[in-house]
Amino acid sequence: MIDFEFHSPTTLEEAFDLLEQYGEDARVIAGGTALVLQMKQRFAQPGHVIGLRKIPGLNSIAIEAMGSNGDTGSVRIGALCTQRSIEYSEIIGQKLPLVAETFRRVATPRIRSMATIGGGLVHGDPNQDPPPTLIALGASAVLTSSRGQRVVPVAELFLDYFETDLRPGEILTSVVVPQAPPGSGAAYLKFLPRTADDYATVSVAAVVTAGEDNMCRDVRIVLGSVGVTPVHASDAEDSLRGRPLNEENIRACAAMVSDLVDPLDDYRGSAAYKREMAQVFTRRAIQQAMAAMSPEKNKD
Amino acid sequence: MIQRVNLKVNGQDHQLDIPARRLLVDCLRYELGLTGTKEGCSVGICGACTVLIDGEMAASCITLAAAVDGAEITTIEGLAGEDGRLHPVQQAFIDHGGFQCGICTPGQVMAAKALLDQNPSPTEDEIRDWMMGNLCRCTGYYGILDSVVKAAEASETSRGANASNNAQ
Repeated sequence: MIDFEFHSPTTLEEAFDLLEQYGEDARVIAGGTALVLQMKQRFAQPGHVIGLRKIPGLNSIAIEAMGSNGDTGSVRIGALCTQRSIEYSEIIGQKLPLVAETFRRVATPRIRSMATIGGGLVHGDPNQDPPPTLIALGASAVLTSSRGQRVVPVAELFLDYFETDLRPGEILTSVVVPQAPPGSGAAYLKFLPRTADDYATVSVAAVVTAGEDNMCRDVRIVLGSVGVTPVHASDAEDSLRGRPLNEENIRACAAMVSDLVDPLDDYRGSAAYKREMAQVFTRRAIQQAMAAMSPEKNKD
Repeated sequence: MIQRVNLKVNGQDHQLDIPARRLLVDCLRYELGLTGTKEGCSVGICGACTVLIDGEMAASCITLAAAVDGAEITTIEGLAGEDGRLHPVQQAFIDHGGFQCGICTPGQVMAAKALLDQNPSPTEDEIRDWMMGNLCRCTGYYGILDSVVKAAEASETSRGANASNNAQ
């Protein structure tokens, strides 16, 4: 690791000043599980590292005001919440069980005790577990700078391999995750042929909302580890939306996913194998999401 | 760049002037002479370097010491009581063959302590799940699992005894 200066600001304003002062020579650090590894390998060689640990108020989890239709609200998760604190949060468990389940699949308990939700997102690694689930639920990232705030859908945060929409001077300060609408079911499947702490060979988050007569009112399908960013399979969603949620339609929807992903050959499998598995796991994720549907689905 | 870092390690305050790039594992081993914490993979996967930072288990090999300025660190050297009496997890590892070559043991013990601190009566599945990030290259996993189960039982028994003492 090359030498650098470590800064421990105690307010966001101080952190913004440091970012302005050192520009591209500065990197922000939260849990450090990603950045320290990059620095050890010299992929990242910042002259200034800005730690956020001493800035209060960035690690709370709170329910936001209910949505305008009165039936769903959202949860605001502070950027410095560790993955483990999200996994065990009572609020998350009640309002966003899929988020708790997804974070439980990340690496090992020790890494989850260190890594944060915000740090993970701005790392921009397409193999991580949380992004597909957060995108499928329609979550937004709040990017704060001395100029104000930008609220960016997590779906639009990832631009390329390890490249995000975070602009110079900005810090991701919280993530707002809406609850799935009533009548929805959700699932996150992680295909792990090697070890339980590995990155997925293919991962899929699916949120399905059923209407009357088992009609698919809405569906969200997002895949991880199959491209340079998480892949939102909009075309496949369109093929299922408005149609009956039967075996044939689900198969047809899942089959489309193979052409929407662009995986790499690596030691977790060939690109062709991952394309095939993307289809299989999408089908299973939709089926599991339907099995998890809340019983209220026939109330309206 | 040399920077001032304050750490409370095993209850003792330390004021250190160290390079900003000093990793916590190196700081513990070389600045403080606490060589019980081992470095294995150096990338946060194997668990040999596990310590507690403010009560949460962490990989000290990917933690910058400067990043945890002001924190309380617990290492394997801090588990035994002042009278030298071993922590129930340490005693269980000895009594139930929780180690073979021993290099992963400090990390295994710290991880098990972190588990029992938060979940005093874990199921075997919970123990396996929690300990999945602590690798043993001798593959002595059954002995480790058995030791953690027995440590939990021993802690429970001593808690029960304390409770009945208090009741009297």
